[in-house]
Amino acid sequence: MKEINNEANFNSSLVGRLGGVEYINLYKQYNEDIKAHSASVLNAGRDASFELFEELGFPTSKLENYKYTDLTEPLSVDYGLNINRVKIPVNPYEVFKCDVPGIHSYLYFVLNDGFYPVHDERNDELPQGVIIGSLSEISKSHPELVEKYYGKLSAKQKDGLVAFNGAFAQDGFFMYVPENVQMDRPVQLVNIMRSDVDFMANSHNLVIVEKGAKAQLLVCDHTMDDVRFISNRVTEVFVDENASYEHYKLENTHTRTTNLSTLLIEQKESSSVLANVITLHNGITRNTIEIDVNGEHCETLLCGMVIGDKKQQVDNFTSVIHSKPNCHSTELFKYVLDDVAKGGFTGKLYVARDAQKTQAYQTNKNILLNRTAKMRTKPQLEIYADDVKCSHGATIGQLDESALFYIRQRGIPEKEARLLLMFAFTADVIENIRIDALQDRIKMLVEKRLRGELSKCEGCVICQ
Amino acid sequence: MLEIKNLHANINGKEILKGLSLSVRPGEIHAIMGPNGAGKSTLSSVLTGNPAFEVTQGKITFMGKDLLELAPEERANEGIFLSFQYPVEIPGVSMVNFMRTAINEQRKYRGLEPIAATDFLRLMREKKELVEMDNKLTNRSVNEGFSGGEKKRNEIFQMAMLEPRLAILDETDSGLDIDALRIVANGVNKLKSPDNASIVITHYQRLLDYIVPDFVHVLYDGRIVKSGTKELALELEEKGYDWIKKEVEKAP
Ligand SMILES: Nc1ncnc2c1ncn2[C@@H]1O[C@H](COP(=O)(O)OP(=O)(O)OP(=O)(O)O)[C@@H](O)[C@H]1O
Ligand SMILES: [Mg+2]
Repeated sequence: MKEINNEANFNSSLVGRLGGVEYINLYKQYNEDIKAHSASVLNAGRDASFELFEELGFPTSKLENYKYTDLTEPLSVDYGLNINRVKIPVNPYEVFKCDVPGIHSYLYFVLNDGFYPVHDERNDELPQGVIIGSLSEISKSHPELVEKYYGKLSAKQKDGLVAFNGAFAQDGFFMYVPENVQMDRPVQLVNIMRSDVDFMANSHNLVIVEKGAKAQLLVCDHTMDDVRFISNRVTEVFVDENASYEHYKLENTHTRTTNLSTLLIEQKESSSVLANVITLHNGITRNTIEIDVNGEHCETLLCGMVIGDKKQQVDNFTSVIHSKPNCHSTELFKYVLDDVAKGGFTGKLYVARDAQKTQAYQTNKNILLNRTAKMRTKPQLEIYADDVKCSHGATIGQLDESALFYIRQRGIPEKEARLLLMFAFTADVIENIRIDALQDRIKMLVEKRLRGELSKCEGCVICQ
Repeated sequence: MLEIKNLHANINGKEILKGLSLSVRPGEIHAIMGPNGAGKSTLSSVLTGNPAFEVTQGKITFMGKDLLELAPEERANEGIFLSFQYPVEIPGVSMVNFMRTAINEQRKYRGLEPIAATDFLRLMREKKELVEMDNKLTNRSVNEGFSGGEKKRNEIFQMAMLEPRLAILDETDSGLDIDALRIVANGVNKLKSPDNASIVITHYQRLLDYIVPDFVHVLYDGRIVKSGTKELALELEEKGYDWIKKEVEKAP
């Protein structure tokens, strides 16, 4: 690990060393710089996060919650960090040609670890009162707003990666949708990793959807350069009473990426949340998703899918927490794994004693295309209320041979028949994309991906 | 058009077909009857190339080609269609997409361009009318949640779409109500031509009132042990299979 503080030593290399100790020293050494290039609201809990990280260190696969993620190898790499916020010479608005036809999103970028500040006229039409921008900038211009929410969910986590993020993240994406404002178009956040040296990025996103408001956020993760990347991102989302929020995450990174991402959502009464986390291409990915259903009459739909081949690894660690009665949650994750890909899924479902009349359903289905791919799945139900309807189911299998033969009997070649079945297998996750243009595009990307083609959009130079 | 000679086939190492021979010429309808477990569905699986079955001996030629050399999809595109005894549900694959893909693969096999969208829709409409199939069914995933009878009707719909040279109907009549039976039989009869042939596997003489066979065969213990005309079906209906079993056992 090395600290990058000017263009000149951006490419300088220090000797790589293992694990947390080096980062602890780095934090102590650059404590003032880290804070100087962030905002006081974000600095308030920084030392506490650091101390927690000192205590916890990076998670290892010995921990129950990290059984399916081994970070030993990626953490042994010597990454650069951009603590002094050196400008990265690239304009994402120019290189990123997101041609999801008809999506008309409000488009923003986090380049490595910082919100990309260039003004884009496409974003001029934001509805009245909506604030979107750099977390650290908005922490300065609207400190009371950020203060009220920042870290409120993440500080409760006893997790080394979240603590590390709290210590090192200096910026990120911020979105505020005020009471009763219904966003007319989706918001798109593109995380781009761009560096000439092996690089680490920490960023923190904050999303506030007030009472009766409505918003859709599409987060895309991309990598540009053929170096080792590690990103550690935390997103906190607050969905107030009667609000509706949709969170789509689409990962399309290269195989040398380690993508660690924590999504924490809190739901208040009668709110509705859809989170759909899709990993199309990656290196090592860990998604921690926790939805705290903290109000009555909420709807929660948490879905995801993974297409993995080669040596890809994806671990989705999910928790749905029902603290209040009369809520309804559905969880659906699907994996298609080939070669020596590894998948992990944990579905924690917690129903508190008072959360009567909870209905919670969880499904994880997996297809292994050969004998070398591996899937590990674990439902983890803790139910303390007695008047509830909860179910879970997990399957790991191959493509249905009788369906395959049926399709071939109609003249469709085996390869196409397999593709049809794999595509069909993912269909119900894709159906849970409620932005039509995005749904069409993801269908196309999934199909390309299943055909073994690179699943990037035409005209975009981001994906490697 | 179809010549089966001394066919032996196994599943999981167990021999099911034990020297079966049959020959079908264009324009003919052959009915195959026989007790449960005799090997009728095994024959249809082997003819269509189901990889679960292993052919250990014998020869099948279809339109002059060695059928056993062809993959299931090639056999299908050569014009062999199986109406499955147990049609498979395929959640997530829409009927429309399934049929369009099948039609286009068939066209590709024959060196034709993909079908135009309007032609495809017209074809769908036409064939749906032919088998009186509900729109609601073609808007769903393949066979998903279809009733037994609806599945059978869907088989005939697909057959009508693909216009095979040789149709094998494996107990398409079981599970059909009386009206459906008539409709399905009508569908089959309308597709009949001097160039096409059908193999109709059934347990009931009733179907053969609608689809009149040129030949009736009895398949028993992996072989065709008796062949005759449609009167044989009437005789079987009346007397059952015991007398045939006895005949077979008496023979050396
Ligand atoms: N997968 C299998 N493993 C072992 N035996 C099998 C398998 N599939 C079929 N068989 C056996 O093969 C024999 C022939 O079955 P087949 O389905 O061809 O009979 P059928 O004549 O079509 O009977 P039915 O009139 O009941 O449809 C039966 O004894 C059956 O149990
Ligand atoms: Mg049968």
